[in-house]
Amino acid sequence: MNSWSWEVFFDAFPAVLEGLGITISLTIACYLFALVFGFGWTFIRRIPIKPIRWLIIWVMEFIRSTPPLVQLFFIFYAWPMVPVIGVALDPFTSAVLGLGIHYSTYIGEVYRSGIENVDSGQWEASTALNFSNRQKWTKIILPQAIPPTIPMLGNYLIIMFKEVPLASTIGVLGILSMANDYGAQYWRYLEPLTIVAILFLILSYPSAILINRLEKKMNRRFDKKTVLGRMNKGKGAVM
Amino acid sequence: MNEPMVKFKDVHKSFGDVEVLKGINLDLMPAEKVAVIGPSGSGKTTIIRMLMTLEQPTSGSIIVDGENLWQMEKSGRLVTANEKHLRQVRGDIGMVFQHFNLFPHMTILQNCMTAPIHVKQENKASAKARAIEMLDKVGLGDKLDNYPSQISGGQKQRVAMARALVMRPKIMLFDEVTSALDPELVEEVLEVIRDIAHEGRMTMVLVTHEMEFARDIADRVLFLDKGVIAEQGTPSEVFGHSENERLDSFLRRFRR
Repeated sequence: MNSWSWEVFFDAFPAVLEGLGITISLTIACYLFALVFGFGWTFIRRIPIKPIRWLIIWVMEFIRSTPPLVQLFFIFYAWPMVPVIGVALDPFTSAVLGLGIHYSTYIGEVYRSGIENVDSGQWEASTALNFSNRQKWTKIILPQAIPPTIPMLGNYLIIMFKEVPLASTIGVLGILSMANDYGAQYWRYLEPLTIVAILFLILSYPSAILINRLEKKMNRRFDKKTVLGRMNKGKGAVM
Repeated sequence: MNEPMVKFKDVHKSFGDVEVLKGINLDLMPAEKVAVIGPSGSGKTTIIRMLMTLEQPTSGSIIVDGENLWQMEKSGRLVTANEKHLRQVRGDIGMVFQHFNLFPHMTILQNCMTAPIHVKQENKASAKARAIEMLDKVGLGDKLDNYPSQISGGQKQRVAMARALVMRPKIMLFDEVTSALDPELVEEVLEVIRDIAHEGRMTMVLVTHEMEFARDIADRVLFLDKGVIAEQGTPSEVFGHSENERLDSFLRRFRR
Protein backbone atom coordinates (compact mmCIF):
# COMPACT_ATOMS: atom_id res chain seq x y z
CA MET A 1 0.00 0.00 0.00
CA ASN A 2 2.94 2.26 0.60
CA SER A 3 4.34 1.95 -2.89
CA TRP A 4 4.90 4.93 -5.17
CA SER A 5 1.76 6.78 -6.22
CA TRP A 6 1.77 9.40 -8.95
CA GLU A 7 -1.50 10.65 -7.61
CA VAL A 8 0.13 11.53 -4.30
CA PHE A 9 3.10 12.94 -6.16
CA PHE A 10 0.98 15.43 -8.09
CA ASP A 11 -1.07 16.22 -5.04
CA ALA A 12 1.99 16.89 -2.92
CA PHE A 13 3.87 18.85 -5.57
CA PRO A 14 2.10 22.23 -5.18
CA ALA A 15 2.19 21.87 -1.40
CA VAL A 16 5.94 21.34 -1.36
CA LEU A 17 6.51 24.00 -4.01
CA GLU A 18 4.96 26.56 -1.68
CA GLY A 19 8.10 26.38 0.41
CA LEU A 20 10.43 27.02 -2.51
CA GLY A 21 10.21 30.79 -2.23
CA ILE A 22 11.30 30.63 1.41
CA THR A 23 14.11 28.17 0.68
CA ILE A 24 15.50 30.34 -2.09
CA SER A 25 15.14 33.64 -0.27
CA LEU A 26 16.70 32.16 2.86
CA THR A 27 19.60 30.87 0.78
CA ILE A 28 20.16 34.28 -0.75
CA ALA A 29 19.82 36.11 2.56
CA CYS A 30 22.26 33.76 4.33
CA TYR A 31 24.68 33.96 1.43
CA LEU A 32 24.68 37.74 1.21
CA PHE A 33 25.12 37.93 4.96
CA ALA A 34 28.08 35.55 4.74
CA LEU A 35 29.65 37.47 1.85
CA VAL A 36 29.51 40.76 3.74
CA PHE A 37 30.41 39.36 7.14
CA GLY A 38 33.26 37.42 5.52
CA PHE A 39 34.87 40.72 4.62
CA GLY A 40 34.56 41.73 8.24
CA TRP A 41 36.56 38.69 9.36
CA THR A 42 39.16 39.26 6.68
CA PHE A 43 39.78 42.81 7.75
CA ILE A 44 39.73 42.43 11.52
CA ARG A 45 42.14 39.53 11.12
CA ARG A 46 44.57 42.01 9.61
CA ILE A 47 44.62 44.26 12.67
CA PRO A 48 48.31 44.42 13.54
CA ILE A 49 47.79 43.79 17.26
CA LYS A 50 48.67 40.21 18.09
CA PRO A 51 46.25 39.45 20.97
CA ILE A 52 43.32 40.76 18.91
CA ARG A 53 44.42 38.73 15.91
CA TRP A 54 44.71 35.58 18.00
CA LEU A 55 41.31 36.17 19.54
CA ILE A 56 39.73 36.60 16.10
CA ILE A 57 41.43 33.49 14.72
CA TRP A 58 40.28 31.53 17.75
CA VAL A 59 36.69 32.76 17.44
CA MET A 60 36.64 31.86 13.75
CA GLU A 61 38.03 28.43 14.51
CA PHE A 62 35.40 27.96 17.20
CA ILE A 63 32.56 28.89 14.86
CA ARG A 64 33.88 26.59 12.17
CA SER A 65 34.33 23.59 14.41
CA THR A 66 30.86 23.76 15.92
CA PRO A 67 28.01 22.23 13.91
CA PRO A 68 25.79 24.83 12.24
CA LEU A 69 22.76 23.04 13.69
CA VAL A 70 24.02 23.65 17.22
CA GLN A 71 24.59 27.31 16.40
CA LEU A 72 21.13 27.55 14.93
CA PHE A 73 19.57 26.07 18.05
CA PHE A 74 21.65 28.33 20.24
CA ILE A 75 20.59 31.49 18.46
CA PHE A 76 16.93 30.49 18.31
CA TYR A 77 16.40 28.80 21.69
CA ALA A 78 19.22 29.86 23.99
CA TRP A 79 19.99 33.43 22.91
CA PRO A 80 16.70 34.87 24.25
CA MET A 81 17.61 33.53 27.69
CA VAL A 82 21.00 35.19 27.81
CA PRO A 83 20.76 38.06 30.31
CA VAL A 84 20.99 41.66 29.07
CA ILE A 85 21.96 41.06 25.46
CA GLY A 86 19.57 38.20 24.74
CA VAL A 87 16.80 38.85 22.22
CA ALA A 88 14.15 36.58 20.82
CA LEU A 89 14.42 36.38 17.06
CA ASP A 90 11.98 35.00 14.53
CA PRO A 91 13.02 31.74 12.82
CA PHE A 92 14.00 33.34 9.53
CA THR A 93 16.27 35.93 11.14
CA SER A 94 17.79 33.29 13.41
CA ALA A 95 18.54 31.13 10.39
CA VAL A 96 20.14 34.03 8.51
CA LEU A 97 22.32 34.83 11.51
CA GLY A 98 23.19 31.22 12.29
CA LEU A 99 24.03 30.00 8.80
CA GLY A 100 25.31 33.41 7.72
CA ILE A 101 27.83 33.67 10.54
CA HIS A 102 28.88 30.04 10.20
CA TYR A 103 29.64 30.31 6.51
CA SER A 104 31.10 33.81 6.78
CA THR A 105 34.10 32.25 8.51
CA TYR A 106 34.70 30.03 5.50
CA ILE A 107 34.11 32.84 3.05
CA GLY A 108 36.47 35.06 5.02
CA GLU A 109 39.16 32.45 4.45
CA VAL A 110 38.39 32.46 0.73
CA TYR A 111 38.87 36.22 0.61
CA ARG A 112 42.05 35.90 2.61
CA SER A 113 43.54 33.37 0.23
CA GLY A 114 42.64 35.65 -2.68
CA ILE A 115 44.29 38.62 -1.02
CA GLU A 116 47.40 36.68 -0.07
CA ASN A 117 47.77 35.50 -3.64
CA VAL A 118 48.25 39.06 -4.83
CA ASP A 119 51.96 39.64 -5.32
CA SER A 120 53.61 41.89 -2.73
CA GLY A 121 54.98 43.93 -5.63
CA GLN A 122 51.46 45.17 -6.24
CA TRP A 123 51.39 46.75 -2.77
CA GLU A 124 54.79 48.27 -3.33
CA ALA A 125 53.90 49.69 -6.73
CA SER A 126 50.75 51.25 -5.33
CA THR A 127 52.74 52.76 -2.47
CA ALA A 128 55.26 54.12 -4.95
CA LEU A 129 52.41 55.72 -6.89
CA ASN A 130 51.22 57.22 -3.61
CA PHE A 131 47.78 55.63 -3.47
CA SER A 132 45.99 56.00 -0.14
CA ASN A 133 45.45 52.84 1.88
CA ARG A 134 41.82 52.78 0.89
CA GLN A 135 42.64 53.20 -2.78
CA LYS A 136 45.20 50.41 -2.62
CA TRP A 137 42.43 48.09 -1.54
CA THR A 138 39.70 49.28 -3.84
CA LYS A 139 41.67 50.02 -7.01
CA ILE A 140 44.56 47.60 -6.92
CA ILE A 141 44.35 44.70 -4.49
CA LEU A 142 40.69 43.62 -4.33
CA PRO A 143 40.11 43.82 -8.10
CA GLN A 144 42.91 41.27 -8.40
CA ALA A 145 42.13 39.23 -5.30
CA ILE A 146 38.41 38.65 -5.73
CA PRO A 147 37.86 37.47 -9.35
CA PRO A 148 39.94 34.30 -8.92
CA THR A 149 37.87 33.38 -5.86
CA ILE A 150 34.51 33.71 -7.63
CA PRO A 151 34.27 29.99 -8.46
CA MET A 152 35.00 29.10 -4.85
CA LEU A 153 32.46 31.63 -3.64
CA GLY A 154 29.96 30.10 -6.06
CA ASN A 155 30.58 26.71 -4.52
CA TYR A 156 29.66 28.12 -1.15
CA LEU A 157 26.38 29.34 -2.62
CA ILE A 158 25.52 25.76 -3.55
CA ILE A 159 26.67 24.46 -0.18
CA MET A 160 24.55 27.13 1.50
CA PHE A 161 21.54 26.10 -0.58
CA LYS A 162 21.96 22.54 0.60
CA GLU A 163 22.37 23.58 4.23
CA VAL A 164 19.29 25.77 4.36
CA PRO A 165 16.94 22.83 5.15
CA LEU A 166 18.56 22.84 8.60
CA ALA A 167 16.38 25.87 9.25
CA SER A 168 13.31 23.65 9.12
CA THR A 169 14.34 22.47 12.58
CA ILE A 170 13.59 25.88 14.02
CA GLY A 171 10.42 26.29 11.98
CA VAL A 172 11.41 28.07 8.78
CA LEU A 173 8.87 26.74 6.31
CA GLY A 174 11.01 25.82 3.35
CA ILE A 175 10.39 22.90 1.00
CA LEU A 176 11.62 20.33 3.51
CA SER A 177 9.17 21.51 6.17
CA MET A 178 6.40 21.52 3.63
CA ALA A 179 7.18 17.97 2.59
CA ASN A 180 7.43 16.90 6.18
CA ASP A 181 4.09 18.48 7.02
CA TYR A 182 2.49 16.80 4.05
CA GLY A 183 3.91 13.49 5.18
CA ALA A 184 2.69 13.94 8.72
CA GLN A 185 -0.76 14.90 7.51
CA TYR A 186 -1.34 12.06 5.03
CA TRP A 187 1.22 9.56 6.26
CA ARG A 188 2.92 9.64 2.85
CA TYR A 189 6.59 10.60 2.95
CA LEU A 190 8.00 8.93 -0.14
CA GLU A 191 6.56 11.27 -2.74
CA PRO A 192 6.94 14.64 -1.02
CA LEU A 193 10.53 13.93 0.04
CA THR A 194 11.33 12.74 -3.47
CA ILE A 195 9.98 16.04 -4.71
CA VAL A 196 12.31 17.86 -2.31
CA ALA A 197 15.28 15.90 -3.63
CA ILE A 198 14.29 16.62 -7.22
CA LEU A 199 13.90 20.33 -6.56
CA PHE A 200 17.34 20.49 -4.96
CA LEU A 201 18.84 18.62 -7.87
CA ILE A 202 17.15 20.85 -10.43
CA LEU A 203 18.52 23.96 -8.78
CA SER A 204 21.98 22.77 -7.69
CA TYR A 205 23.07 20.91 -10.77
CA PRO A 206 22.81 23.78 -13.27
CA SER A 207 24.45 26.08 -10.74
CA ALA A 208 27.33 23.63 -10.39
CA ILE A 209 27.77 23.56 -14.16
CA LEU A 210 27.63 27.34 -14.28
CA ILE A 211 30.29 27.63 -11.60
CA ASN A 212 32.43 25.11 -13.40
CA ARG A 213 32.30 27.27 -16.52
CA LEU A 214 33.05 30.36 -14.50
CA GLU A 215 36.05 28.60 -13.04
CA LYS A 216 37.41 27.75 -16.46
CA LYS A 217 36.83 31.28 -17.61
CA MET A 218 38.68 32.70 -14.61
CA ASN A 219 41.57 30.32 -15.12
CA ARG A 220 41.79 31.46 -18.69
CA ARG A 221 41.67 35.07 -17.75
CA PHE A 222 44.58 34.69 -15.41
CA ASP A 223 46.55 32.50 -17.73
CA LYS A 224 48.82 34.47 -19.96
CA LYS A 225 49.12 32.10 -22.86
CA THR A 226 45.44 31.51 -23.34
CA VAL A 227 44.73 35.20 -23.22
CA LEU A 228 47.36 35.78 -25.85
CA GLY A 229 45.91 32.98 -27.93
CA ARG A 230 42.51 34.54 -27.81
CA MET A 231 43.92 37.92 -28.73
CA ASN A 232 45.58 36.46 -31.77
CA LYS A 233 42.29 35.08 -32.93
CA GLY A 234 41.14 38.68 -32.96
CA LYS A 235 38.45 38.29 -30.36
CA GLY A 236 39.41 41.50 -28.61
CA ALA A 237 40.58 42.14 -25.11
CA VAL A 238 39.41 40.28 -22.08
CA MET A 239 37.57 42.13 -19.34
CA MET B 1 75.40 75.54 -4.79
CA ASN B 2 71.76 74.73 -4.13
CA GLU B 3 70.35 72.57 -1.39
CA PRO B 4 70.47 68.79 -1.76
CA MET B 5 67.31 67.13 -3.04
CA VAL B 6 67.81 64.18 -0.73
CA LYS B 7 69.93 63.90 2.37
CA PHE B 8 70.70 60.65 4.22
CA LYS B 9 72.03 61.30 7.72
CA ASP B 10 73.65 58.34 9.42
CA VAL B 11 70.99 55.92 8.24
CA HIS B 12 71.09 52.41 9.65
CA LYS B 13 68.87 49.51 8.73
CA SER B 14 68.63 46.09 10.30
CA PHE B 15 66.47 43.16 9.36
CA GLY B 16 66.23 41.20 12.58
CA ASP B 17 69.78 40.71 13.80
CA VAL B 18 71.35 41.50 10.47
CA GLU B 19 72.46 45.07 9.98
CA VAL B 20 72.40 45.66 6.24
CA LEU B 21 73.16 49.38 6.29
CA LYS B 22 75.67 50.68 8.80
CA GLY B 23 75.51 54.43 8.68
CA ILE B 24 74.77 55.91 5.27
CA ASN B 25 75.53 59.59 4.75
CA LEU B 26 74.62 60.80 1.34
CA ASP B 27 73.55 63.99 -0.44
CA LEU B 28 71.78 63.83 -3.76
CA MET B 29 71.69 67.11 -5.64
CA PRO B 30 68.80 68.23 -7.85
CA ALA B 31 69.08 66.68 -11.31
CA GLU B 32 72.01 64.57 -10.22
CA LYS B 33 72.27 61.05 -11.67
CA VAL B 34 73.70 58.59 -9.21
CA ALA B 35 74.48 54.96 -9.93
CA VAL B 36 74.73 52.58 -7.00
CA ILE B 37 76.83 49.48 -7.57
CA GLY B 38 78.08 46.75 -5.31
CA PRO B 39 77.85 43.05 -4.57
CA SER B 40 74.46 41.54 -3.83
CA GLY B 41 73.49 41.84 -0.19
CA SER B 42 75.44 45.06 0.15
CA GLY B 43 72.27 47.04 0.84
CA LYS B 44 71.97 48.90 -2.48
CA THR B 45 68.31 48.20 -2.95
CA THR B 46 67.51 48.91 0.69
CA ILE B 47 68.76 52.48 0.27
CA ILE B 48 66.25 53.33 -2.41
CA ARG B 49 63.47 51.28 -0.81
CA MET B 50 63.81 53.43 2.31
CA LEU B 51 63.63 56.54 0.17
CA MET B 52 60.46 55.16 -1.45
CA THR B 53 59.10 54.50 2.07
CA LEU B 54 58.91 50.75 1.46
CA GLU B 55 61.30 50.09 4.34
CA GLN B 56 61.64 52.08 7.50
CA PRO B 57 65.18 52.98 8.63
CA THR B 58 66.18 51.57 11.99
CA SER B 59 67.86 54.87 12.86
CA GLY B 60 69.03 58.06 11.22
CA SER B 61 67.02 60.38 9.04
CA ILE B 62 66.27 60.97 5.40
CA ILE B 63 65.46 64.50 4.27
CA VAL B 64 63.61 64.93 0.99
CA ASP B 65 63.46 68.44 -0.43
CA GLY B 66 63.78 69.88 3.07
CA GLU B 67 61.19 67.57 4.65
CA ASN B 68 62.05 64.87 7.11
CA LEU B 69 60.70 61.72 5.44
CA TRP B 70 60.37 59.21 8.25
CA GLN B 71 59.83 61.54 11.18
CA MET B 72 57.43 64.32 11.92
CA GLU B 73 56.96 66.77 14.70
CA LYS B 74 54.15 66.12 17.08
CA SER B 75 53.69 68.37 20.13
CA GLY B 76 57.33 69.35 20.03
CA ARG B 77 58.73 65.84 19.73
CA LEU B 78 59.99 63.91 16.74
CA VAL B 79 57.86 60.83 16.20
CA THR B 80 57.67 58.24 13.47
CA ALA B 81 55.82 59.68 10.50
CA ASN B 82 52.26 58.58 9.95
CA GLU B 83 50.81 57.60 6.60
CA LYS B 84 49.52 61.11 5.96
CA HIS B 85 52.97 62.62 6.35
CA LEU B 86 54.55 59.91 4.24
CA ARG B 87 52.03 60.50 1.47
CA GLN B 88 52.84 64.16 1.47
CA VAL B 89 56.58 63.71 1.09
CA ARG B 90 56.50 60.62 -1.09
CA GLY B 91 54.59 62.44 -3.83
CA ASP B 92 57.88 63.74 -5.22
CA ILE B 93 59.36 60.29 -5.63
CA GLY B 94 58.78 57.66 -8.29
CA MET B 95 60.17 54.15 -8.58
CA VAL B 96 60.67 51.48 -11.19
CA PHE B 97 60.98 47.93 -9.91
CA GLN B 98 63.00 44.92 -10.92
CA HIS B 99 59.84 42.90 -11.53
CA PHE B 100 57.86 45.73 -13.16
CA ASN B 101 54.82 45.31 -10.86
CA LEU B 102 52.38 46.49 -13.48
CA PHE B 103 48.73 46.19 -12.53
CA PRO B 104 47.63 43.05 -14.39
CA HIS B 105 43.93 43.89 -14.31
CA MET B 106 44.41 47.14 -16.17
CA THR B 107 45.40 47.92 -19.74
CA ILE B 108 48.71 49.62 -20.44
CA LEU B 109 46.90 52.93 -20.76
CA GLN B 110 44.93 52.42 -17.54
CA ASN B 111 48.15 51.51 -15.74
CA CYS B 112 49.46 54.96 -16.61
CA MET B 113 46.22 56.83 -15.90
CA THR B 114 45.05 55.41 -12.61
CA ALA B 115 47.44 57.20 -10.25
CA PRO B 116 47.08 60.68 -11.80
CA ILE B 117 43.29 60.31 -11.67
CA HIS B 118 42.94 58.83 -8.19
CA VAL B 119 45.97 60.19 -6.40
CA LYS B 120 46.33 63.60 -8.02
CA GLN B 121 42.66 64.06 -8.89
CA GLU B 122 43.52 65.01 -12.45
CA ASN B 123 40.64 64.99 -14.86
CA LYS B 124 40.36 61.97 -17.08
CA ALA B 125 41.03 63.69 -20.39
CA SER B 126 44.26 65.34 -19.33
CA ALA B 127 45.44 62.22 -17.51
CA LYS B 128 44.81 60.24 -20.67
CA ALA B 129 46.64 62.76 -22.86
CA ARG B 130 49.61 62.73 -20.50
CA ALA B 131 49.63 58.92 -20.30
CA ILE B 132 49.59 58.62 -24.09
CA GLU B 133 52.36 61.18 -24.35
CA MET B 134 54.55 59.21 -21.95
CA LEU B 135 53.75 55.88 -23.56
CA ASP B 136 54.67 57.38 -26.92
CA LYS B 137 57.89 58.56 -25.39
CA VAL B 138 58.82 55.05 -24.27
CA GLY B 139 57.81 53.72 -27.67
CA LEU B 140 54.59 51.96 -26.70
CA GLY B 141 51.99 54.28 -28.18
CA ASP B 142 50.62 51.34 -30.17
CA LYS B 143 50.03 49.08 -27.15
CA LEU B 144 47.61 51.25 -25.21
CA ASP B 145 44.79 48.71 -25.01
CA ASN B 146 46.93 45.66 -24.38
CA TYR B 147 47.16 44.02 -21.00
CA PRO B 148 50.52 43.56 -19.29
CA SER B 149 50.34 39.81 -19.88
CA GLN B 150 50.33 40.44 -23.62
CA ILE B 151 53.61 42.32 -23.90
CA SER B 152 57.29 41.43 -23.44
CA GLY B 153 59.37 42.05 -20.33
CA GLY B 154 61.19 44.95 -21.94
CA GLN B 155 57.91 46.51 -22.92
CA LYS B 156 56.54 45.98 -19.42
CA GLN B 157 59.49 47.78 -17.93
CA ARG B 158 59.00 50.68 -20.33
CA VAL B 159 55.35 50.88 -19.31
CA ALA B 160 56.46 50.91 -15.68
CA MET B 161 58.65 53.91 -16.46
CA ALA B 162 55.83 55.73 -18.20
CA ARG B 163 53.59 54.95 -15.26
CA ALA B 164 56.09 56.55 -12.87
CA LEU B 165 56.78 59.50 -15.17
CA VAL B 166 53.16 60.59 -15.50
CA MET B 167 53.30 61.52 -11.81
CA ARG B 168 56.03 64.10 -12.58
CA PRO B 169 58.38 62.98 -9.80
CA LYS B 170 61.36 65.09 -8.85
CA ILE B 171 63.25 61.97 -7.89
CA MET B 172 63.22 58.70 -9.82
CA LEU B 173 64.50 55.45 -8.39
CA PHE B 174 65.46 52.48 -10.53
CA ASP B 175 65.84 49.17 -8.74
CA GLU B 176 67.86 46.80 -10.92
CA VAL B 177 65.37 47.42 -13.67
CA THR B 178 67.08 45.20 -16.23
CA SER B 179 67.95 42.25 -13.98
CA ALA B 180 64.77 40.32 -14.69
CA LEU B 181 64.97 40.81 -18.45
CA ASP B 182 66.19 38.52 -21.18
CA PRO B 183 69.54 39.87 -22.43
CA GLU B 184 68.16 40.96 -25.78
CA LEU B 185 65.55 43.14 -24.08
CA VAL B 186 67.95 45.04 -21.83
CA GLU B 187 69.05 47.63 -24.37
CA GLU B 188 65.54 48.94 -25.16
CA VAL B 189 65.02 49.67 -21.48
CA LEU B 190 68.41 51.32 -21.00
CA GLU B 191 67.71 53.44 -24.06
CA VAL B 192 64.62 54.89 -22.42
CA ILE B 193 66.48 55.60 -19.17
CA ARG B 194 69.19 57.37 -21.15
CA ASP B 195 66.55 59.56 -22.78
CA ILE B 196 65.06 60.45 -19.43
CA ALA B 197 68.49 61.14 -17.98
CA HIS B 198 69.44 63.44 -20.84
CA GLU B 199 66.41 65.60 -20.25
CA GLY B 200 68.18 66.19 -16.99
CA ARG B 201 65.44 67.56 -14.77
CA MET B 202 65.03 64.74 -12.29
CA THR B 203 67.30 63.44 -9.60
CA MET B 204 67.90 59.82 -10.50
CA VAL B 205 69.22 56.95 -8.44
CA LEU B 206 69.97 53.76 -10.30
CA VAL B 207 70.78 50.53 -8.55
CA THR B 208 72.36 48.56 -11.33
CA HIS B 209 74.64 45.79 -12.47
CA GLU B 210 75.08 47.38 -15.89
CA MET B 211 78.54 48.89 -15.42
CA GLU B 212 78.86 50.30 -18.92
CA PHE B 213 75.53 51.96 -18.56
CA ALA B 214 76.39 53.37 -15.13
CA ARG B 215 79.59 54.83 -16.55
CA ASP B 216 77.62 56.38 -19.42
CA ILE B 217 74.91 58.22 -17.63
CA ALA B 218 75.93 58.71 -14.00
CA ASP B 219 77.36 61.92 -12.62
CA ARG B 220 78.48 59.99 -9.60
CA VAL B 221 78.94 56.33 -8.80
CA LEU B 222 78.61 54.87 -5.31
CA PHE B 223 80.21 51.57 -4.47
CA LEU B 224 78.34 49.96 -1.64
CA ASP B 225 80.00 47.18 0.28
CA LYS B 226 78.99 45.49 3.52
CA GLY B 227 76.47 48.17 4.37
CA VAL B 228 78.62 51.25 3.87
CA ILE B 229 79.52 53.50 0.96
CA ALA B 230 82.99 52.14 0.45
CA GLU B 231 83.92 54.34 -2.47
CA GLN B 232 82.36 57.13 -4.47
CA GLY B 233 83.27 59.51 -7.23
CA THR B 234 82.81 60.31 -10.88
CA PRO B 235 82.51 57.30 -13.16
CA SER B 236 86.08 57.71 -14.32
CA GLU B 237 87.33 57.81 -10.75
CA VAL B 238 85.39 54.75 -9.68
CA PHE B 239 85.84 52.71 -12.83
CA GLY B 240 89.42 53.82 -13.29
CA HIS B 241 92.15 52.51 -11.07
CA SER B 242 90.96 52.44 -7.53
CA GLU B 243 92.94 51.86 -4.41
CA ASN B 244 90.00 49.99 -2.96
CA GLU B 245 90.68 46.30 -3.19
CA ARG B 246 87.05 45.22 -2.76
CA LEU B 247 85.93 47.58 -5.53
CA ASP B 248 88.70 46.34 -7.72
CA SER B 249 87.78 42.72 -7.31
CA PHE B 250 84.10 43.54 -7.72
CA LEU B 251 84.73 45.34 -10.99
CA ARG B 252 87.06 42.64 -12.27
CA ARG B 253 84.11 40.27 -12.31
CA PHE B 254 82.40 42.53 -14.83
CA ARG B 255 85.37 42.86 -17.15
CA ARG B 256 85.68 39.86 -19.33
